[in-house]
Amino acid sequence: MTAKWVGRGWGVLAWLAGVVFFAPVAWMFLTSLHSETDAATNPPSIAAPLTLDGYAEFFDSGAWPPLINSFSASIGSTIIVLLLAIPAAYALSIKPVEKWTDVLFFFLSTKMMPVVAALLPIYLIAQFSGMLDNISFLTLLYCSMNLPIAVWLMRSFLSEVPKEILEAASIDGAGLLTILRRVVAPIAMPGIAATALICFIFSWNELLFARVLTGVVAGTAPVYLTGFVTSQGLFLAKVCAAAVVVSLPVLIAGFAAQDKLVQGLSLGAVK
Amino acid sequence: MAVLTREERSVVDRPPPVPRKGYSKWARRAPLLPALIFLIIVTQLPFVATLVISFMKWNSLDPANRGFAGFDNYVNVFTDPDLRSSVVNTVVLTASVVIISLVLGLGLALLLDKKFAGRGFVRTMLIAPFLVVPVAAALIWKHVLYNPEYGLFNGILNWLGFDAQPDWISTMPMSAVVLSLVWQWTPFMMLILLAGLQSKPVEPVEAATIDGASSFQVFRYLTFPHLRQYLELGGLLGSIYVVQNFDAVFTITSGGLGTANLPYMIYQTFYQAHEYGEASAAGVIVVAGSMVIATFALRVVSSLFKEEKR
Repeated sequence: MTAKWVGRGWGVLAWLAGVVFFAPVAWMFLTSLHSETDAATNPPSIAAPLTLDGYAEFFDSGAWPPLINSFSASIGSTIIVLLLAIPAAYALSIKPVEKWTDVLFFFLSTKMMPVVAALLPIYLIAQFSGMLDNISFLTLLYCSMNLPIAVWLMRSFLSEVPKEILEAASIDGAGLLTILRRVVAPIAMPGIAATALICFIFSWNELLFARVLTGVVAGTAPVYLTGFVTSQGLFLAKVCAAAVVVSLPVLIAGFAAQDKLVQGLSLGAVK
Repeated sequence: MAVLTREERSVVDRPPPVPRKGYSKWARRAPLLPALIFLIIVTQLPFVATLVISFMKWNSLDPANRGFAGFDNYVNVFTDPDLRSSVVNTVVLTASVVIISLVLGLGLALLLDKKFAGRGFVRTMLIAPFLVVPVAAALIWKHVLYNPEYGLFNGILNWLGFDAQPDWISTMPMSAVVLSLVWQWTPFMMLILLAGLQSKPVEPVEAATIDGASSFQVFRYLTFPHLRQYLELGGLLGSIYVVQNFDAVFTITSGGLGTANLPYMIYQTFYQAHEYGEASAAGVIVVAGSMVIATFALRVVSSLFKEEKR
């Protein structure tokens, strides 16, 4: 009997913790739906009438170009990363090159170097080649940022393809392309999807490079958000609406990739 | 992946066949090369450039005066009180965020490892903070929660009948930044530790319970040793990500009030003060520091990796 009550106590505690951690997110949603005057009251007005004014104001104040920039940099870099990472992962798992673990760890080690140390030379290269404030240059940088993660993840997914099936397929006379399309792709598809979602999230969230390398033309959504850093006055509903809209793609991608999220964030070290 | 069952291990076990010579060797390497070459060009060459620039006298506002500086930039970095305090800030910020979120993450993972109604929903609520874009999260904390006049924290104090309406960011700037980051990183630690807990073999725990071990003894002698490598991994990955944090410092305090960390300092030295040489020297120092953490991190990942290959 006591054990049951203790167990219930743990459940209540877990629920409490969940509510506490979720409260700022919930409050962000709620405030985004309030009018500016209701958003800035003390004590807070929870039951104030709901309105979409915050969102309207956010989209009216030039929010589309940064959002489109963010989408093109994130989706573009994710596609390039997958095109580079999948063959590389193939050469590190299914038909491994010699010293493949060393290569794998080289990929990982580049991820551990702080980006801030490469910021200046990259800025200078962009400046000399006229690529400052250009979304293609940012896209290329995001590729290098995500490539090691994608290679590690794809390798761990591809190594789950049973070797026996591959051998059987090639004995039956299937060519390389057929094997890739008919055998490897179906098994690796969930892994490819998860890798793509995780790369998308990292590119979408990135601020430092975007802040330094882009301006009016190619500024991304996080750069747009930095416009609120020194804001004063009545803007809480608008900033919350902006935070909700900008976070929405990440929330969707994150929950879609929930099962593989840990694996991605730990670079495939934890399954 | 870290702790695999026997069946899984045999599937992953794939001893690399000895590659044949000549054509076939390069045919194997070919798919790897584009990724490898791309990564070397984009990530390794800039570091070489940083190293070279760190020995140069170079302020972009004074281009005529460019030249060799020897170790001057390094001397400046180490004697500049602002840069020195940014080193301290980086260590304080990283250590407190990582340790606090590891402890909280462990607690939450242990809670979520138990069975209770709505566990999936609670898990989803707990992951949400990690999926808010970092700049957006920092903005929410700064304006919507911490604001002394209309922020939620003071609103709640007011509600509960307290007179105190503290200005959170000015009175405790570092803690304000740390708290917002702990909120974002605790879910990450929780996810890693939960994966560790759920890969824990069940039989020894059952045996120990039958033999009369208390739940504390089970935790101390079975669960914790098993979790150790996951704690190490979480701590190291967390350090690698948090050491580089720019978004929270930039947004919440704009590097003021004694919270500027190294990434922010380097950003400022190069982007606002245009001191290219000094910024590079600071960059080299950050790389050197990261290498220490990275060596440990690589060792941990490598041991998990070997365990998988076995």
